[in-house]
Amino acid sequence: MLTAVIALAVLAVIFGLALGYAAVRFKVEGDPLVEKIDALLPQTQCGQCTYAGCRPYAEAIAKGEADINQCPPGGETTIIALADLLGRDPKPLNPEHGEEKGKRVAVIDEEVCIGCTLCIQACPVDAILGAPKQMHTVIEDECTGCDLCVPPCPVDCIDMVEVKSSLDSWTWNFPEQLPKNLASLANQRRDSDANRTDDDQPTISKKAGTGS
Amino acid sequence: MMRRLFNFPGGVRLREHKRESTSSPVARAQLPEKIILPLHQHIGVPAKPVVNPGEQVLKGQIVAEAGNNISAPIHASTSGKVLAIEDHAIPHPSGLPARSIIIDVDGKDEATDSYGTARDSSALTAEQLREAVKDSGIVGLGGAGFPSYLKLTNEQNKVATLILNGVECEPYITCDQMLMRNHALEIVRGLQIMQRALGIQQAIVAIENNKPKELELMQHAIYEAEADNVELVQVPTVYPAGGEKQLIQTLTGKEVPSQGLPMDIGIVCHNVGTAYAITRAIEHNEPLISRYITIAGSVAKAQVLEVPIGTPVSHLIEQCGGNRKTLSRVIMGGPMMGFALHDDEVPVVKTTNCILVNSVISDVPLPSRSNFAMPCIRCGACTQACPVGLLPQQLYWYARAKEFDKIQDYDLFDCIECGCCDYVCPSQIPLVQYYRYAKSTIWQQEKEKTFSDISRQRHEFHNYRLEREKKERELRHKQKRQVVEGTSTQDDKKAAIQAAMDRVRKKRDHSEVKPKNVDNLTDQQRKLIEEVEARRKKKLEEIKHDTDNNEVESRKP
Repeated sequence: MLTAVIALAVLAVIFGLALGYAAVRFKVEGDPLVEKIDALLPQTQCGQCTYAGCRPYAEAIAKGEADINQCPPGGETTIIALADLLGRDPKPLNPEHGEEKGKRVAVIDEEVCIGCTLCIQACPVDAILGAPKQMHTVIEDECTGCDLCVPPCPVDCIDMVEVKSSLDSWTWNFPEQLPKNLASLANQRRDSDANRTDDDQPTISKKAGTGS
Repeated sequence: MMRRLFNFPGGVRLREHKRESTSSPVARAQLPEKIILPLHQHIGVPAKPVVNPGEQVLKGQIVAEAGNNISAPIHASTSGKVLAIEDHAIPHPSGLPARSIIIDVDGKDEATDSYGTARDSSALTAEQLREAVKDSGIVGLGGAGFPSYLKLTNEQNKVATLILNGVECEPYITCDQMLMRNHALEIVRGLQIMQRALGIQQAIVAIENNKPKELELMQHAIYEAEADNVELVQVPTVYPAGGEKQLIQTLTGKEVPSQGLPMDIGIVCHNVGTAYAITRAIEHNEPLISRYITIAGSVAKAQVLEVPIGTPVSHLIEQCGGNRKTLSRVIMGGPMMGFALHDDEVPVVKTTNCILVNSVISDVPLPSRSNFAMPCIRCGACTQACPVGLLPQQLYWYARAKEFDKIQDYDLFDCIECGCCDYVCPSQIPLVQYYRYAKSTIWQQEKEKTFSDISRQRHEFHNYRLEREKKERELRHKQKRQVVEGTSTQDDKKAAIQAAMDRVRKKRDHSEVKPKNVDNLTDQQRKLIEEVEARRKKKLEEIKHDTDNNEVESRKP
């Protein structure tokens, strides 16, 4: 009886020490889920989700305090990705937080700028260049289009400008989906087939590419 | 001995539509009024303009130099005056404009002194040959537009075989065929130059078996050029036998690895047009400024033209008897892989091989059919037709559902967009468009990811900076407090205060700013300035008076 108790106690101590050591040795820095959520967010740092940036929002989602549909810049893509990650159902963007817009950048009207530095302080990614009483300008390539510099400007010289589609950012359109009314389509199809000649029918080559 | 040929999977047989444009001889295109040279006609970075608006340029003169090592220079294709360097419509499926050099053609077609002078190429080393090819702005003329000199480099002796692609498998396109008909000898000489640049012996010229005349001419040219180690091979006529990877598979039985290059299996593939351009550049000092282009479709006279690069498409269509007013659709490239142009004012570029006008032909799988797309019936015809051995149907489902992770597991990026699946689909689903959509969206998402990573870093640094500044400020305040507290006696404190006040006063007194830009002012303006100055002086004095009073008062115990 006593031997058993001692043996169990010794085992308990050994395992306790091993687990305690493992907890210290293999400690995970930060919450991996937060990292994963943060990686999916667009990093605009705009605060439209009511949190102070993308990371705080990611933390709130991880804790279950915030919903996944509060990020207008990320839009549908981000919501789907978050839903995928968290195993939830995607839902439409919450209109309280704004609507999904195309990528925009801030442009300072340099004629009007008085050099107050307020926008520089507001910019979450340090993308505005300038000094007191010197004209400011936006580093366009670094601007996330968060709108945060617009309200502090005392002379309203900052405009958010839609980024024009360029050859680099252009993508092919999603092909048109099937029209709803298939019956009318079938009629259309029959008419166009009537105008076709047999010659034009596609043929699959069954033995294409035979070597000689 | 006949070379043993291999099969590639799938493929389709198509009506060729090649007789129309090959029945008349090649003509030179008339000079247009304007030449438009887009700065980005090749794979790599855009070229950099070296001329200014208003400058006179000669035929063959360099107008834009290579942007970096993966780029190609651009030469003026005729003489004239540079009108502008600005955004102009270019041949691109998006229809977006891009920077181009626009030349007002003077019609004299004057060339530079060195243009067209004979050069003995036998003395040139491999390195010199590559340099000459690079300086002549030669890019892959088969369609990809990859700077050719990069594919003539064989530093690690990895390349063992050179394949010259004369397999023009897409319907309507006949420019390579006509080039072989007219310039077989120069093509073979170009091939020999390529062999020398690469330092290899083995070379294969591949021609489809529907071009017996060209095959004979090439055979003769090989004999004439004494190119003993060049093998001429006839390959079966199947679309897309002319695709680089398919041709390699047909000739060698080897497959280019997924997302790899032919270089990985010791093969380099060039187009016959490139070989011809190299001969012109090396032996005649002619940079790449013109090429053969097929004009076909609903024009009065379908034919192949030798076109100065930069000629507007509308000009070519008019020359072939097409009516510009009735143009409904113009395709650049062939019916299977080409794309519809948004504007007929776009110029032809180095990679343009064919202009298809108003093609309402039903064997064109491209745009017109997408209106009739019916549901997928899972017949599997697309899988049988795919020359790469992919699963087009699976790719279609994932592209439609926008599941971009899964679609890459099915090797989307090995799709060559040949259009075979599209062509055989009984539901007429525009499959290739789905794949193009998925590919371009994935690239775009990758770019956005990189940008958001940079933004995250910048935001983290921003937060760190704020934190650091706060600490620094606290430290400064602490030090200041220490200084103030450290000055023990009352006199020291007073002296410090006095010094600070003196400093402020000195600064104020010397703050007279010297006005600038005051020459050439009207009397009225001078008067205004004087008024303002007077007002300011008065105000300053008031302030000074007030503060002096305050100081006096504050000194009172």
